[in-house]
Amino acid sequence: MRVALMVTCVNDAMFPGTGQAVVRLLRRLGVDVDFPQAQTCCGQPMVNTGYLDEAVPAVRSFVRAFEGYDAVVTPSGSCAGSARHQHRLVAERSGDPGLAAAVAETSPRTYELSEFLVDVLGVTDVGAYFPHSVTYHPTCHSLRMLGVGDRPRRLLERVRGLRLVDLPKAEECCGFGGTFALKNADTSVAMGSDKARHVRETGAEVLVAGDNSCLMHIGGVLGRGRAGVRVLHLAEILASTEEQPA
Amino acid sequence: MTGTFVGMPAFPSAARAALADTQLRHNLAHATGVIRGKRAAVVGEVDNWEELRLAGAAVKERALLALDTQLVRLEESLTAHGAVVHWARDAEEANRIVVGLARAHEVDEVVKVKSMLTQEIGLNEALEAAGIAAWETDLAELIVQLGGDLPSHILVPAIHRNRAEIREIFARRMGEVGRPAPADLTDEPAVLAGAAREHLREKFLRARMAVSGANFAVADTGTLVVVESEGNGRMCLTLPEVLVSIVGIEKVVPTWAELDPLLRLLPRSSTGERMNPYTSTWSGITPGDGPQEVHVVLLDNGRTRALADEVGRQALRCIRCSACLNVCPVYERTGGHAYGSVYPGPIGAILNPLLRGTGDPQTDALPYASSLCGACFEACPVRIDIPEVLVHLRSQVVDGHREDRVPKPEAVAFRGAGWAFGDARRLDRAERLSSLAGRLLRRRGRTSLGRLPGPGSAWTDARDLPAPPTESFRDWWRRTDGGERP
Repeated sequence: MRVALMVTCVNDAMFPGTGQAVVRLLRRLGVDVDFPQAQTCCGQPMVNTGYLDEAVPAVRSFVRAFEGYDAVVTPSGSCAGSARHQHRLVAERSGDPGLAAAVAETSPRTYELSEFLVDVLGVTDVGAYFPHSVTYHPTCHSLRMLGVGDRPRRLLERVRGLRLVDLPKAEECCGFGGTFALKNADTSVAMGSDKARHVRETGAEVLVAGDNSCLMHIGGVLGRGRAGVRVLHLAEILASTEEQPA
Repeated sequence: MTGTFVGMPAFPSAARAALADTQLRHNLAHATGVIRGKRAAVVGEVDNWEELRLAGAAVKERALLALDTQLVRLEESLTAHGAVVHWARDAEEANRIVVGLARAHEVDEVVKVKSMLTQEIGLNEALEAAGIAAWETDLAELIVQLGGDLPSHILVPAIHRNRAEIREIFARRMGEVGRPAPADLTDEPAVLAGAAREHLREKFLRARMAVSGANFAVADTGTLVVVESEGNGRMCLTLPEVLVSIVGIEKVVPTWAELDPLLRLLPRSSTGERMNPYTSTWSGITPGDGPQEVHVVLLDNGRTRALADEVGRQALRCIRCSACLNVCPVYERTGGHAYGSVYPGPIGAILNPLLRGTGDPQTDALPYASSLCGACFEACPVRIDIPEVLVHLRSQVVDGHREDRVPKPEAVAFRGAGWAFGDARRLDRAERLSSLAGRLLRRRGRTSLGRLPGPGSAWTDARDLPAPPTESFRDWWRRTDGGERP
């Protein structure tokens, strides 16, 4: 099986450790993972702000970069959701039937990490070791746009040493929302502060989620409040071992 | 908060003021939390909720796609039952019709059963200008009216008020407009409701004309339907001599049988009840019983504009249950006034631009008043994909500015991003700059950025932002061959 990593623009530029963790994890599970250098961004920042024309080049480079792979794996529920639900819109807008055909081909082969592990590889025990208390935030797009359900939890429950603590109001949005965080900064911060308070209430050492952009926001609020809670992407915990801890 | 919605500031600044009101935030979080819990419990009781949602959506969709013929059928049925049907293109026409009817009957006051549509068109103000007093008879509407206030929720218009404030409003204002509140008024809910009942009873018994809205209008039987909790609606619909119902053209349902899923979806989604206490239906005139003159004003006011929008059209399926408000994390923190409309929350964020069209700063801000978390779509009983419509309307806002002589900084930024994302080599160069900044910062021992100037300050005023890494993932992959080389 030819598997490509779609690292996402945010992870590429800001959180390379998450991409490295996915590579380590997939190799450990026997997957030969490739990183197509032509990839850029899924286009979601443009689409969600209303700049549909501006998203066309990103979608074009997406389908070009991942053409011919059996599966495209990404450590982001939001970007997987964008590929699956928004690329068609952008392609229609471009008026290019070739792009629409390529999107129809690529979209269904694009998987968020936990979907790929559970549905395609059929594993829940990935052989990870992480001896800490962890609370899990199900990000909105993973939860509602993709419907990843309890897959991330099932993966976390099989991590040796890990103690999973329930997050109050877990399913409520953290307030990131892409450009919402800037356009409606006050509301975004109010939502983030409530989320951060719930995270602190759990007493967990680590907050985990499947999207670094949400974590950057919640972590940013926690950091300003000097909460001392560590923020980690799901991939980093799943990649963690006794020899190479996260 | 007094006065009118017109001229409200755009959402971000209106929200900022609301967020600073800690009492308001507490009231909202508590109230929406309670309704959310009740709704979840009664929705959970229904085995085939998803099928019911699909059925409800299908009924409304069928009506909308054949709206012209359904409306003509409705007019025929109503007329056959002795009602007089009026057509109104906009607020001005509708108000003129109602004021004309009130003048013809020489009334100086009317009682009203909660109708959002009359608030949408400013009917009370139009009547007042003609010297006619309009009395709201729904408890929450009465609180809002006496307080010189605006509604902030579809179902609970006075959600932003607490008991002490309501007591104060009743004590101060009831006497000025009718029967005063009792001298020993407390802020006990039962005592407040009792005072409202006494105050309103006088109005019901005196009024010769009533104005109502309708939740549904059945085309084949010519039946209007009002669903309510307090019984005030039934008083308005039965006691006065003249009844005027103002109905948005999207309220039409083809057949009586098709009300079934809608009447099951609405109370559970709205009040979290299995069934609402009062469902009133009326078809024209019954000689010797109830109002002997019935008028129905069918109003467009932007609805055909919304209907013509293929993506936005689904918003007209809305049955005004307010489930989307109660689950919306943005609404929960800002309240309804920030939306600058009688339709607040997620549905308001799409309905207002669809009805009025994009193009003014207040309306254009509404599609952005959402984090696109999708909770509204999940809760909507008629499956309106609100996030989809929000993104669609955002693109209309952006497209409306494509010909601007001086583009907005945001547009310039997105054009730049679009260009960079079109080619990995361009993105790579941008990332080189970012990792250079990261190296410089980390050399000075900084792991997060300080407060940024310009637009970046919107992030860093209240949140840390991590310093960029010293090497992008792309560079790491190239340098180590994906981790194969150290």
